Amino acid sequence: MRLSPAITQRLVVAFLWLLTAITIAILAFIIGHVLAHGLPYVTWDFLSRSPEKMGREGGVFPIIVGTLAVTGLAVLIAAPVGVVTAVYLTEYTRKGRLTAVIRFGADCLAGIPSIIFGLFGFAFFVIALGLGLSVLSGALTLALMALPTIIRTSEEAIRAVPWSFREVSYGLGSTRWQMVTHVVLRSALPGITTGIVLSLGRCISETAAVMLTAGSALRMPSLLGSCRTLALHFYTLSREGISMNMAYATAAVLIVAILAIDLTAYWIMRRFITKMS
Amino acid sequence: MKREKIISVVLAMVAMSGIAGLALITAYIFKEGLPIIVRVGLKDFLLSGDWHPLEGKFGIFSWIVGSLAVTLGAMIIGGLLGLSCAVVLTQFCPRRLVVVLKPAIELLAGIPSVVYGFMGVMILVPWIRQHLGGPGLSVLAAAVVLGIMVLPTVTSISMDALRAVPRSYRDGSIALGATGWQTTHMVILKAAKSGIMASLILGMGRAIGETMAVIMVAGNTLDLPHGILDPVRTLTSNIALEMSYASGDHRKALFATGVVLFVIIMILNSIALAVSSKRARKAGVR
Repeated sequence: MRLSPAITQRLVVAFLWLLTAITIAILAFIIGHVLAHGLPYVTWDFLSRSPEKMGREGGVFPIIVGTLAVTGLAVLIAAPVGVVTAVYLTEYTRKGRLTAVIRFGADCLAGIPSIIFGLFGFAFFVIALGLGLSVLSGALTLALMALPTIIRTSEEAIRAVPWSFREVSYGLGSTRWQMVTHVVLRSALPGITTGIVLSLGRCISETAAVMLTAGSALRMPSLLGSCRTLALHFYTLSREGISMNMAYATAAVLIVAILAIDLTAYWIMRRFITKMS
Repeated sequence: MKREKIISVVLAMVAMSGIAGLALITAYIFKEGLPIIVRVGLKDFLLSGDWHPLEGKFGIFSWIVGSLAVTLGAMIIGGLLGLSCAVVLTQFCPRRLVVVLKPAIELLAGIPSVVYGFMGVMILVPWIRQHLGGPGLSVLAAAVVLGIMVLPTVTSISMDALRAVPRSYRDGSIALGATGWQTTHMVILKAAKSGIMASLILGMGRAIGETMAVIMVAGNTLDLPHGILDPVRTLTSNIALEMSYASGDHRKALFATGVVLFVIIMILNSIALAVSSKRARKAGVR
C-alpha cells in the first residue's frame, strides 16, 4: 500500500515534531531535575563555607573561587589572542596560504577532545614547564581550548560590520590601525563579547582537562597551587558517592551559572543584531 | 607607514599562536606516546586486547571496540534527533518558535558533560537495569547519553547547511506541486547533503572524544562487550581513569592511547573539512 503524499507529509512532519519535542523535553527535564533536587540545599552557608569531610558537609566557597580563578584567567589569556587573530584574519591579510594555515589550526583545535588537552597540559605545563598541578596550568590549558570559539565568533562579529564604516574611516584619513581600533572593534564589540562570554561557559563546564592540569585540592586556590573546580567537585561527589545532596547542590550552582552566562550572551547578541540591522 | 608595518607583523605573530598551540600539542602527545607504540609494535598495540600495564602488556583493542560501539550508538540517536530538529527548525517551524527553540538546543551544548553523566547514572542506568536487564552501566546507556550530547553539534551545523540552500530551490519544488516533505527530502536534504555529512562527522568526533560522561555511565569493565547491555570501557575513559595513578611505562601507554585518539580525531576533522569545503566550492561561495 502506498500512502498519498499528503498523508505522508502529515505523518512525517508529525514524527519530526515529536523528535524535536523529545529533545526539548530532555533539556527541560535535565534542568528541572537538577534544580528541583539541588536548589533546596543551596543555602548561604553552602556558598560561603569551606567543604568538610571531603565535601560531605560544609560548602563550596573555595571551589567557587577556584572555578572563577581558572576560568577567568583562561578567558583573560585567550580573549586578546583570539580577538587579535580574528582582526588579523579579517582586516590585515588577504585570503592566502597563511590565513588557510591559521584557520586550519583553529578548526583542528576546536575538534580536539578535552582529554587530549588534559594530557598535553599535564605533559607540557605541569611537568615540562614545572608549573605543577595549579591554577595557572589549568588556565593555560583551558585558554587553548577556548581559543577557537573566540576566534570564530570575533571573526563573524567583525565581518558583520558594514563595509561603508571602513570607507568612511579611511576617507577621514585614518590609518588601518586607527580604523580597526576606533571603528571596527568598537562596532563589533557586542558580538565579540558574546563569543567571550560563551567561551567562559564552556570553560566552566570543562572537567577532564582541568582534572589533569589543575588537580583537585580542596583548599583556597593560589596561582601556582592546585585547586578544584565546580564541575570536578560535582564529578567527585557523585562518582565516589560522597554525598548526593551536596552533588545535586553543586550541580544546581553549576547549572544556574551556565544559564546566566548563556542568557547574558544571548541578550548581548540580540541587542547587537538589532543595532546592526 | 612603518608603524603600520610593525603592527601588521605583530598581529601576524599573535595570530600564529593557535597553530603553534596545535603543533605543541601534537609534538608533546607524540613525544610521550610514540616510543611505547614503537616498542610494543603498532599491530600489537592496536589489535591486542591484553592490557596489563604492570606486566608491561599494552593492547588497547578492547577500548577501541568500546569507543566505536558507543560512538556508533550515539550517532544513531544523536543523528536522528539532531537532524530532525534541524529539519523542523529550518522547514516546518514558524519563525517565532525558532527564536525560542534554537537557543534551547544551543543550551543543551552548554550543559556540562558531568551533568549528563550524572543524569545517566540517576535516571537512565536504573531504568535499563530494571527494564532491559544487565548491570545498567552499559554500551546502551553511554550511547544514549552521548547521543544527547552530540545532538546540538549535529543540529547547529546541519541547520547552517539547510539554510544555505537557495530559497528558489524550495519555491521551484513547491510550484511543481510537491508537498513540504517531498520538497524537503527530495530537494533540500539533497542540496545540503555535504553539510549534513560534515555535521555528522563532527558529531562523531565529539562522541569519541567525550570522557567524563562516559566514565560515569559505561561501567568501565576491562572485558570486551558482547552486547549493548554489557559494560564497556572507551579510549578516553581508560586514559582518565588510570592517569591518576599511572607512572612510568603505564603512563606512557596512556599517552599512546591519546596518540591513537588524536589520529582518529584528526582523520575525522579532515574528512569534515574536505566535505564542507567541497560544498563551498560547489555553491560557488568563498
